Amino acid sequence: MKFNTVKKTIAMVGAVAMLGSLAACGGSDAKSSSSSNSDEKVNLTVWAWDSTVPRTVEGFEKANPNIKVKIDNVGTNTKEYQALDNALQAGSGAPDVAQVEYYALPQYAIGEHLQDLTQYGADKFSDFFTTGTWNSVNVQGGVFGLPIDSGPMAFYYNKEVFDKAGVDATQIKTWDDFYEAAKKIKAVGSYITSDSGDAGFYDSMVWASGGHPFSIGSDGQSVKIDLTGDEGAKKWNEYWQKMIDEGLIDTKTVGWTDDWNRGLNDGSIAALLTGAWMPYNLLSGAPDATGKWRITQMPSWDASKPMNAESGGSSLAVIKTDDAAKAEAAYKFVEYVAHNKDGIKVRVDGGAFPADKETLADKDFLAMTALKDKDGKDVEYFGGQKYNEELAKAAENVLPGYNFLPYEVYARGKYGDFVTAFAGKGTIADGVAAWQKDLVDYGTQQGFKVN
Amino acid sequence: MGVSTHTARQGIQQRHRADWRGWKFMWPFALVFVFVFIVPIVYAIYISFFQKRMIGGTVFAGLANYQRLFADPNFWGSVGRVALFTIVQVPIMLALSALMALALDSMKLHGTKFFRIVTFLPYAVPAVVSTLIWGFMYGARYGLVASINSTFGLNLDVMAPNVLLASIGNIVTWEFVGYNMLIFYSALSTIPHSLYEAAAIDGATEWQIVRRIKMPELRGSLAVTVIFSIIGSFQLFNEPSVMKSMVPGNAISTYYTPNLYAYNLSFVGNQANYAAALAIVMAVITMAIAYAVQLRSMREQMK
Repeated sequence: MKFNTVKKTIAMVGAVAMLGSLAACGGSDAKSSSSSNSDEKVNLTVWAWDSTVPRTVEGFEKANPNIKVKIDNVGTNTKEYQALDNALQAGSGAPDVAQVEYYALPQYAIGEHLQDLTQYGADKFSDFFTTGTWNSVNVQGGVFGLPIDSGPMAFYYNKEVFDKAGVDATQIKTWDDFYEAAKKIKAVGSYITSDSGDAGFYDSMVWASGGHPFSIGSDGQSVKIDLTGDEGAKKWNEYWQKMIDEGLIDTKTVGWTDDWNRGLNDGSIAALLTGAWMPYNLLSGAPDATGKWRITQMPSWDASKPMNAESGGSSLAVIKTDDAAKAEAAYKFVEYVAHNKDGIKVRVDGGAFPADKETLADKDFLAMTALKDKDGKDVEYFGGQKYNEELAKAAENVLPGYNFLPYEVYARGKYGDFVTAFAGKGTIADGVAAWQKDLVDYGTQQGFKVN
Repeated sequence: MGVSTHTARQGIQQRHRADWRGWKFMWPFALVFVFVFIVPIVYAIYISFFQKRMIGGTVFAGLANYQRLFADPNFWGSVGRVALFTIVQVPIMLALSALMALALDSMKLHGTKFFRIVTFLPYAVPAVVSTLIWGFMYGARYGLVASINSTFGLNLDVMAPNVLLASIGNIVTWEFVGYNMLIFYSALSTIPHSLYEAAAIDGATEWQIVRRIKMPELRGSLAVTVIFSIIGSFQLFNEPSVMKSMVPGNAISTYYTPNLYAYNLSFVGNQANYAAALAIVMAVITMAIAYAVQLRSMREQMK
């Protein structure tokens, strides 16, 4: 008798608890599709870590008094994707608009979590944005986000160190030139650059080498991975391996650590191959090197033909919803941030590197010589160089047609498990081959038809 | 007839009421217990029978996750790594803790209070913070290791892949040596002083007192510290997770420890179901080892 009561109670509480969690799972369908009444107030939640996005809210709300926008910074890149994955999986708590980097966009588009913006006329913007960024938001014939910034790669270098080594960085046209320069830089006690196994950097360099290791079939379900046979990847693997073997790059300093900033600050890391979003990071990470750094074009495999890639850069995407009014309001905000002149201007003033051709050709933009520091004071970080001129030129050289994997976030997370050449274990080529095998297995498990 | 049945019935009623009165006191605990303990475990077991795919959604997979786990070299590699870590680090740490406790208890030292607090302090520092501090010190370019290298003309690299586990062990030892010391020390302080006096009268040396009186007393608390340490080592997560972005050459893989593997599976690989299976198997392994150790130490104490 006594035991029965205990059992019953536990069963009851357990059942209630289970029901509760089930109810939480089914929450997504509860959202009513309210009729789109123009007088009705719409509240938008936007997830973005880009510090320039909140600057657009004031102007947008003035132009659209019925829409209220709340920006949440739930974490930078992978942290936000984790939160987004959890919310999408739970069916509740997802934002209306999310900042998604180009490399992660196919993952969410193919997972059918994003609204195709073609229905609002976004497909007409193809001439408005740069080739590289427009390419990245077009997935499977749809437009799944609008570019808010871009990261064409450039060659940032510490002129003081290069002068000491007797190297003129503006004359480095090919990777062979870069290799010779690296030797001279090493001779004066610095490294030309550092890489201790950065997956995003690897992807970009394969892209800049003319590689196309990943492709997605028109059905969105078949994936081709060819890192071992791709010419661009092969060229880069061999070249970078040579740099490691001869000790010409710093493999001991991990990117974005305190040590790395110090290396950039004191000149022991003399150059960076990275995206156009770097200037403000240099200003905050290496303030003592103010005036010493310059920017020039990336080395290429062919002196007569510049080859470049994008590194990073984000879009704003509308999360799929049944609420038509909400989706429309969300698109209005995305359009304002990415396509509206005022929206773009307020962000470029805040340090964003634009993704639209008009701003990239804008006279005032190209003439900029100073970054703004924390106190709003002008700092000629690049010694008076018109740095945007170089970066805008870099954007023109981005090779078209590069595809990301539909599970690029996973791929980048696993790169370090296999490519251990930076710690002296094996070669990049071996590591990449093992990485490819894992990517094929994972893709198959996830229901893709791989290779 | 009437009297006896009446009292009997009253007796039953009273027993009944007593049952429910107990539950009235129990329900706040029972509710919390069910929600934070039973429900998550049941839920984890439940989802471990499914597979979620980007193409095709969530499907029932039966025991497929468990089959895959038992054949997963990464998983067993990570279990092997924490097992090795446990075998090497736990004895060193506990020996150090015991030595410290004995030194403190010898009453021959000055400033024991200060010493006690200082050795215990690392335990109060959050693991993430202490790992960051040690990570900075380990730095071969700007850290303490760099200074040692340049002073003595050495070329040490404590973040190299082959010594990394030992470097992590050093951090964990630093964090927990004071905590275990305190457990040992409290066991030692329960020994009545009359025992020492008697030993002194019998002409026992200090070493004999340690061997015959103090060491046997430590055995009981040793069982507790060993079990805590084993469970802690098998759950190694904070230190490698923080170090991952500080160690060059990606020396800490996504499956460095079982916990780190589970974390990366669910958050990087979107494979929460597989991670749930891993968590359950890991819980069973840890419980089995802790149980075996406890059984052994209990048998020893019975002797």
